[in-house]
Amino acid sequence: MNVPENLKYTKDHEWISVEGNVGTVGITDYAQGELGDVVFVDIDPGIAEVKSGESFGTIEAVKTVSDMYAPCSGKVIELNKKLADEPQVVNSDPYGEGWMVKIEVADPSELDGLLSSEDYKQLIGQAH
Amino acid sequence: MKKTTLFQVHERLGAKLIDFAGFMMPVQYSSIIAEHKAVRNSVGVFDVSHMGEVFIRGSKALDFVQYITVNDASKLTPGRVQYSAMCYPDGGIVDDLLVYKVSDEEFMLVVNASNKDKDYNWMKENNKFGVEIADESDEYSLLAVQGPDSQRTVEKLCDKKLEMEYYHFFKARCAGVDMIVSRTGYTGELGYELYFKGDEKVAEKVWTELFEAGKEFDIQPVGLGARDSLRLEMGFCLYGHDIDQTTNPLEAGLGWITKLNKNSDFIAKDVLLKVKAEGLKRKLVAMSSEEKAFPRQGYDITVDSKKVGCVTSGTVSPMLEKPIAMGYVDTEYSREGSQVNFLIRGKEIPAKLVKLPFIKK
Repeated sequence: MNVPENLKYTKDHEWISVEGNVGTVGITDYAQGELGDVVFVDIDPGIAEVKSGESFGTIEAVKTVSDMYAPCSGKVIELNKKLADEPQVVNSDPYGEGWMVKIEVADPSELDGLLSSEDYKQLIGQAH
Repeated sequence: MKKTTLFQVHERLGAKLIDFAGFMMPVQYSSIIAEHKAVRNSVGVFDVSHMGEVFIRGSKALDFVQYITVNDASKLTPGRVQYSAMCYPDGGIVDDLLVYKVSDEEFMLVVNASNKDKDYNWMKENNKFGVEIADESDEYSLLAVQGPDSQRTVEKLCDKKLEMEYYHFFKARCAGVDMIVSRTGYTGELGYELYFKGDEKVAEKVWTELFEAGKEFDIQPVGLGARDSLRLEMGFCLYGHDIDQTTNPLEAGLGWITKLNKNSDFIAKDVLLKVKAEGLKRKLVAMSSEEKAFPRQGYDITVDSKKVGCVTSGTVSPMLEKPIAMGYVDTEYSREGSQVNFLIRGKEIPAKLVKLPFIKK
């Protein structure tokens, strides 16, 4: 199970990487494994803002559907357009090509409440 | 938690294991879509040893089977299989099952794992014929070998040619093991189901020889996830989803197995005759959509913002790459070609009633 050290995580299995004030958000390797084949990522193309802890879209897999929750609040500045045609990149590259949204982080202190890679490993029972 | 004789094989293969009907079962090995396509295009193997095998024995075996199931088992000859259902007196379905006629005095009933104990008790309660009812589920392993290359695969192991018709079976020796070889399955493909006794060693030997024989066809292990998507593409009912104790076989589209005029009485016959005479209030229908939002069990079906039914099974079809579903709708909306909507997270997503199977073979 891949849990990169440089990312922050939510209990709902999202990750965020922050550069400057821009956070890139996706779902974790563990989450994609649990979901199985991702067939559709449903994020409202008109979405302008997300709020910490609130659903910003859903992921459809063959067997199930799952909500995605924002790790922090902020303005949405970009959606990953590639997912419309190739949702399977969420499975093959969850921390890279499978990213979901880019957010302008409104309040950096919100990030302090997120999980470290060690905390997240513990959560999913992968701690060493 | 129960384990099948192949549990260790699944673990070694890295399968994702889930609790299904009290068994640790593989839901997927690599990917549901890849496993699904392996069955449609070449050959796949499912461990479905969790299924229940109940044997009915005695001089009145046929009378019992006729009484407890809705299909006409008197039409069976030894070596033939029939799809059937058991009903409660009110017409609700106890379970759907396969009826194997072994001989005039022996039938094997293959039932859903999740219903097995309930079914066994139901049979015992209704045994007014004094037949022997033996639950031998724990003794049998069951492998389903399904796909266009299944015959070429199984035949290599088998001491008999597999030139049998759909829904026929025989006893044979395969991989050095005595088994019931049945041309049945839950996928709509050419396929065989292999019932055999023995411990983990025996089961692993059969599994290994199957994979050796199927190597040239790129044979794949297939989990319950793809089993579900494969059956749904064919429109086969799944108990607990499309049928249960609140649905009767007529509204479930199982009129073709409900022989109301068979030559003997059976449980629910009077109620089902009445249902038929009065007309159905709702029907199980098949629907597909061109949108990218997927209907799931429990979602409402609407017309003009009014609820007219409910989805009982839904997924993305791996072959059609679009949403497919089954569900009950009020009879007035059940005409093929009708437009309905799936209510998905508050949005009405247009769908159309279509003919089964979803994929044309």
